[in-house]
Amino acid sequence: MLEIKNLHASVEGNEILKGIDLTVRPGEVHAIMGPNGSGKSTLARVLAGQEAYVVTAGQATYDGKDLLEMDPEDRAREGVFMAFQYPVEIPGVGNTYFLKAALNAVRKHRGLQEMDAIEFLKMVRGKMKLVQMDETLLNRPVNEGFSGGEKKRNEIFHMAVLEPRLCILDETDSGLDIDALRIVADGVNALRAKDRSFLVITHYQRLLNYIVPDYVHVLVDGRIVRSGGKELALELEEKGYSWLEGMTPEQIAAQPVGA
Amino acid sequence: MQTTETSTIEQFAAQDYKFGFVTDVEQETFPPGLNEETIARLSAKKGEPEWMLEWRLKAYRHWLNQTEPTWANVHYSPIDYQAISYYAGPKPKGSGPKSLEEVDPEILKTYEKLGIPLHERAILAGVAVDAVFDSVSVATTFKEKLAEVGIIFCSFSEAIRNHPELVQEHMGSVVPYTDNYFATLNAAVFSDGSFVYVPKGVRCPMELSTYFRINARNSGQFERTLIIADEGAYVSYLEGCTAPMRDENQLHAAVVELVARKDATIKYSTVQNWYPGDENGKGGIYNFVTKRGKCDGANAKISWTQVETGSAITWKYPSVILKGDHSVGEFYSVALTKGYQQADTGTKMIHIGKNTKSTIVSKGISAGHGQNTYRGSVRILKGADNARNFSQCDSMLIGDQCGAHTFPYIDVQNPTARMEHEATTSKIGEDQIFYCNQRGISTEDAVSMIVNGFCKEVFRELPMEFAVEAQKLLAVNLEGSVG
Repeated sequence: MLEIKNLHASVEGNEILKGIDLTVRPGEVHAIMGPNGSGKSTLARVLAGQEAYVVTAGQATYDGKDLLEMDPEDRAREGVFMAFQYPVEIPGVGNTYFLKAALNAVRKHRGLQEMDAIEFLKMVRGKMKLVQMDETLLNRPVNEGFSGGEKKRNEIFHMAVLEPRLCILDETDSGLDIDALRIVADGVNALRAKDRSFLVITHYQRLLNYIVPDYVHVLVDGRIVRSGGKELALELEEKGYSWLEGMTPEQIAAQPVGA
Repeated sequence: MQTTETSTIEQFAAQDYKFGFVTDVEQETFPPGLNEETIARLSAKKGEPEWMLEWRLKAYRHWLNQTEPTWANVHYSPIDYQAISYYAGPKPKGSGPKSLEEVDPEILKTYEKLGIPLHERAILAGVAVDAVFDSVSVATTFKEKLAEVGIIFCSFSEAIRNHPELVQEHMGSVVPYTDNYFATLNAAVFSDGSFVYVPKGVRCPMELSTYFRINARNSGQFERTLIIADEGAYVSYLEGCTAPMRDENQLHAAVVELVARKDATIKYSTVQNWYPGDENGKGGIYNFVTKRGKCDGANAKISWTQVETGSAITWKYPSVILKGDHSVGEFYSVALTKGYQQADTGTKMIHIGKNTKSTIVSKGISAGHGQNTYRGSVRILKGADNARNFSQCDSMLIGDQCGAHTFPYIDVQNPTARMEHEATTSKIGEDQIFYCNQRGISTEDAVSMIVNGFCKEVFRELPMEFAVEAQKLLAVNLEGSVG
C-alpha cells in the first residue's frame, strides 16, 4: 500500500529525514517511535504533503502511484488521512458543514454521488458513537473551543467519516488522560480493517498497549535505526531512547537482539 | 515558515472579472465638461420642471466653493471633473421605450448576461427590478402589480415628472445638497436612480431591486435613489452594480436617501461589484457614495446591509439618524479588498430619540495589496436617554502585503447610554488551509469556506437569494488569491 524508499526531506534548509525505507502492506499497523526531534512528525507531514516540508531525495508510492507528486487534497481524496498532533481551529465554519464538504470532495473524486444532508447526518450519528463524541460538537465551529481531548476525538471522528485507507496518527496520544486515550484507541481499533493500514506515530509506548501494532520502527536522527515486532516498544520503554541514540545504524544493526 | 506562507498565500493571480464586457449600443453622450450649461442641458434632456433645475444649479454653485475631502484613508490621483461626461444613455428609438418590448434588445441581452433577466416571466418570482444603464433607467418591472397596493416604484426621472410633491418634500431632507463634496456634485448632475414610495400600513409584497450598470466610456454615473416608507410600511430593497473593464478610472458618486416614518421598516441591501481595476491597480471605479436614512418617527427601523467586493476605491458610510423614540438602526457590512483596491467604509449612527438602539457589524477582508478601513461614528446626543449601541469590527488578512485599519469614533453626551465595542483581527493561516487540504478540500474552497464563515453574521441579514449570490461573488473574487 505504501512504499517509501530512501526518503530525504528538509525544513527551511535543514535536513530532517535522512533516508527512510518503509513498506506498509494493507491491513498492517506500523508504529513509528523515536525521541523528540527525530523526524517522526516530519515523516507524517511529508506523507500528507505539507508544503514547508521539502523532499530532497527518494520516493514514496501509494497504491503504486507517486504520492509525492500529488497535491495534498488529492492525497486525501485518494484515501490518505492524517490525524493532526495539533488540530487546527476554523472559526465560523461548522464541524458538520466542514465534514460534509470534505466527504463530498472525497466522494466526487471517487466517482460517487454527493451525499445529501439527511443521509449525511444519519451516517454521522453512527460514527459519533465510535469516539463517544458529544452531539454539540457537531454544530460548533471546527475545533474552536474544543478541549485537547475533544480535538483528538474529533480527528478520529473525521477519520471514521472519511473512511481513508492509509491513516497516519501524529502523536494522537499527546495531551490525553488515560480515559480519553482509551476512547481514542477504541475508535481506532474499531476502524482496523484488512484493507486499511495505520502509521501510528508516538513518543510513548503507552498508546501501543491499546493500539497493538504489527511492527515497530525506531526513528533516530532521521533514520529508522531499528525495526521489530510489538515487543520492541516494550524494550524501548525499559531502556529509553538513549539506548539507540548516538550509535550509527551499522552499530545498532550489529547489536544482538535483546542487547 | 514565513517565507513559505508568503509564497503560498501571497501568489496573487489576476482573476477574471466576469462582468467586464461592453455592450454595443448606440449611445447619446454629452461631451466632457461641467458648467451651468451642461446642467441645463441635462435637465432639459430629462424634461425636468423648473424647480428641479433651480435645485441643481444651487447645488452646483455651492459645489464650486467646496474642496474635495482628503480625510479618508485612500489614495488616488486628482480627478479631472472637466474630463468626465455627465450624461450617457442609450439613444432612444422614437420617443423612448414605453414597454419592455421597445427596449433595445442589446440592452436586454446585457442584463440577461448579468443574470438579471428583465422579462417578468423569466425573472425571480417576488423581485421587482429597476434597470439603470449609465444615466438612464431602461426598464422597471412589476410596476403595475405594485401600483395595485399603492406602491410607487419607478425611475427617479419619472418620479420628478409624475410625483413632484413627494420628490420635493423628501429630496435633500436626509442628505442636503450642501452635505459633502460628492453629494453636492451628485445633486447638481444626478442622472437617474430609483424612487420608491410605500404608503401607510403597506407591506411591500416583493423585494425591490435596482441594477446599476455603467457601460459608456469616460462617463460618470451619478445616481440618486429615494425610498420613503410611510407609517407602518415595510420594504426590502436591493441594489447590484457592475461595469466593464477599462484602463481609466470612472467616477460613481451616488446619493441614497431613506425616510422611515413611525413604525416603518426599510431594509436596504447592496451587493457592489463595480470593476475593481486590474492586478496592477490600473483602472476601476471610484465609488464615492453618500447613503443615509432617517428614522423619522417612533419605532422606525432602518437596516443597511452591504457586500462591497468591487471598485478601485470605496468611500461610503451608510448611516442612520435615529430621531424617533425607540427607533433602530443597523449596519451590516462585508468589504473585500484585493489587488490594489482600497476601501474606507463604515457608518454613522446618530442617536437623537430616547431608547434608540443601533447595531454595527463590520467584516473587512484584505488580500493582495488591498487596504481596508473601517470608519464609524456613534453619537449619542443629549436627549437620547437610554440609547444603546453595539459595534463589532472584525478584520481578516490574507497574506502579508495587505492592511486593515479601524477608526471608531464615539461621542456620548448622555450618561444613560450603553455602548459596547468589540474588535478582532485574524489571519487565514497556512495551517488552516493545509488542514482543509488534508481533508480533501481544495485551497480555493477552503478560503471561501473560511471567509464565508467569517462573514456569516452579515450574510444572514441578506434576503435569501442574494445571500447565496453574495457567497458566490465572494468566492469568485477570492479565486486566485491563495496559492
